[in-house]
Amino acid sequence: MGRITLEKVTKSFGEVEVIPPLDLTIEDGEFTVFVGPSGCGKSTLLRLIAGLEDTTSGHIRIDGEDATDLPPAKRGLAMVFQSYALYPHMSVRKNIAFPMKMAKVPEDEQNRRIEQAAKALNLTEYLDRRPGQLSGGQRQRVAIGRAIVREPAAFLFDEPLSNLDAALRVGMRLEISELHKRLATTMIYVTHDQVEAMTMADKIVVLRAGNIEQVGSPLELYKEPRNTFVAGFIGSPKMNLFEGPEAEKLGAHTAGVRPEHIEVGDPASTYWSGTVGVAEHLGSDTFFHIHETGLADTITVRAPGDVDYKHGDRIGLNPRMDMIHKFDQQGLRIQ
Amino acid sequence: MSTKASRSAARLMISPAVVLLLMWMIVPLVMTVYFSFLRYNLLSPGATPWAGWDNYYWFITDPSFNDAIWNTLALVGGILVITVVGGIGFALLLDRPMFGTGIIRIMVIAPFFVMPTVSALVWKNMFFNPVNGIFGNIATSLGLQPIDFFAEIPLLSIIFIVSWMWLPFATLILLTALQSLDQEQLEAAEMDGASWSNRFWYIMLPHLARAITVVILIQTIFLLSVFAEILVTTNGGPGTATTNLTYLIYVSSLLQFDVGMGSAGGVFAIILANIVAIFLMRMIGKNLDA
Ligand SMILES: Nc1ncnc2c1ncn2[C@@H]1O[C@H](COP(=O)(O)OP(=O)(O)OP(=O)(O)O)[C@@H](O)[C@H]1O
Ligand SMILES: [Mg+2]
Repeated sequence: MGRITLEKVTKSFGEVEVIPPLDLTIEDGEFTVFVGPSGCGKSTLLRLIAGLEDTTSGHIRIDGEDATDLPPAKRGLAMVFQSYALYPHMSVRKNIAFPMKMAKVPEDEQNRRIEQAAKALNLTEYLDRRPGQLSGGQRQRVAIGRAIVREPAAFLFDEPLSNLDAALRVGMRLEISELHKRLATTMIYVTHDQVEAMTMADKIVVLRAGNIEQVGSPLELYKEPRNTFVAGFIGSPKMNLFEGPEAEKLGAHTAGVRPEHIEVGDPASTYWSGTVGVAEHLGSDTFFHIHETGLADTITVRAPGDVDYKHGDRIGLNPRMDMIHKFDQQGLRIQ
Repeated sequence: MSTKASRSAARLMISPAVVLLLMWMIVPLVMTVYFSFLRYNLLSPGATPWAGWDNYYWFITDPSFNDAIWNTLALVGGILVITVVGGIGFALLLDRPMFGTGIIRIMVIAPFFVMPTVSALVWKNMFFNPVNGIFGNIATSLGLQPIDFFAEIPLLSIIFIVSWMWLPFATLILLTALQSLDQEQLEAAEMDGASWSNRFWYIMLPHLARAITVVILIQTIFLLSVFAEILVTTNGGPGTATTNLTYLIYVSSLLQFDVGMGSAGGVFAIILANIVAIFLMRMIGKNLDA
């Protein structure tokens, strides 16, 4: 069980209010991702839930019970830190056993859980090594193992993959997702990487300066971003946002269209046109950065891999009209 | 220093220093050993005939010798225990954010800057004196019999004075070590359900192990040769109650003018220091290569 509710939670460091009043419910078994730019308060929010920081006001409930003033150990949550925070002088086995030792779990039960976790995380051969003798990915798995054996009500991850290289990150991303499917435990995952957010989450919470900008499933956020911030943040490459006469023609103060919703074609017969700047060939796709469109400085377009335009070529752009997002003066979505 | 070339270059570069240090060490050592085999007394100048093992024999069979060895060990051991335990305590206190941390830290470190003779005299006259000292006054005002520290518990008093002087050193080293501990480790342990004492025992203490080793090794080197504090307070007495090996060597060579005997004592001091060093290395050396 792990249903976490935040009610009017605020956090200030001295004079500075980092989290303005915030309400949020995380359902049992849900994989929730907090995403937002650096310094927006994701870690702070996670640490409030963990109990490593005191709330300035408001209440945190875990499974309906008020946990606001409970010490971290009593909340039944496990946390995986960005720096792994393994105990350097203990072997992997002792690291994983530590929370059980603190909870006075019987020895044979400890060993059973360690074997189980080690098998699930491919750590069996490394149990007698020290953390210093492991690679980054292995350390991360030890940290996850240490969290699993506690059988917590929810897992908290603070940017667990940001110290890993790109390939390993993709692998660990899958492993964590699989772990979630298998354990079906609530997980809260902090990242500033929107790809991680999109691929892993059941529910994404987009934060900006401590405020929740939008909560929803990855596809909801992709299809119906509530405002220009979410529109620009979710999706890769970023949505093209533009203002001015072209936007007004579409009946909006700010209009947006995603790179994958623009088709390229002959400039004579298309809706917009521009000059090709940089073309990024990924093989399967090609991203064109297009200038002089009269919309914004640069418009990004995603075209199939075999479309070939060179720097300086004129190019025609045809947006899918049903996929254009419209926002008003305040940046809010126009339905 | 990973490649062969850089290693041999490094050896070449440090060789002058090593040679100089070796000479610096070997010349006095050889002279001490040489003198220790001579009948060399300043009261009977002129001939310094070969004496064989006589000096050693007389030095060992001197009843003060046994006392001196035990006093030396008690002094070193007692001070190490007090400074390490006290140093950890102070480091833990100073590590927390509190009002006036800067001033408190300077005050804690201050005793280290006082000269040994001065601090020993201050303690002797201002604190330990049964008539004028503060402790004596407190005892008298409470209607108790004041303790004459240097007469009743002389060795303990000296251990106390020297500990007071070395506590700042231990505190300083342990504090910097404590501050280098990754806060996330402590938070992780907190999440894992470790109480403060568990966090101290399983996280902080292992992290401090190396610093503690350094404190013990460095202090041992200096504490084996405690001298000034004894000279200005008890003169090794009453009897031989506070005579350590260093003081005994001083007595033989400078009070009895027996250079040969003093040198024999010096050789013993070297042997004792090495035994203690090997013992310490065995016991805690594994912390250093971890
Ligand atoms: N102990 C503290 N004292 C004062 N201000 C703090 C403290 N911790 C965090 N802050 C401030 O709170 C804000 C949010 O910090 P937080 O660490 O939650 O950001 P974040 O979203 O996790 O960023 P990142 O993606 O870079 O990790 C920042 O502006 C930071 O400066
Ligand atoms: Mg953070």
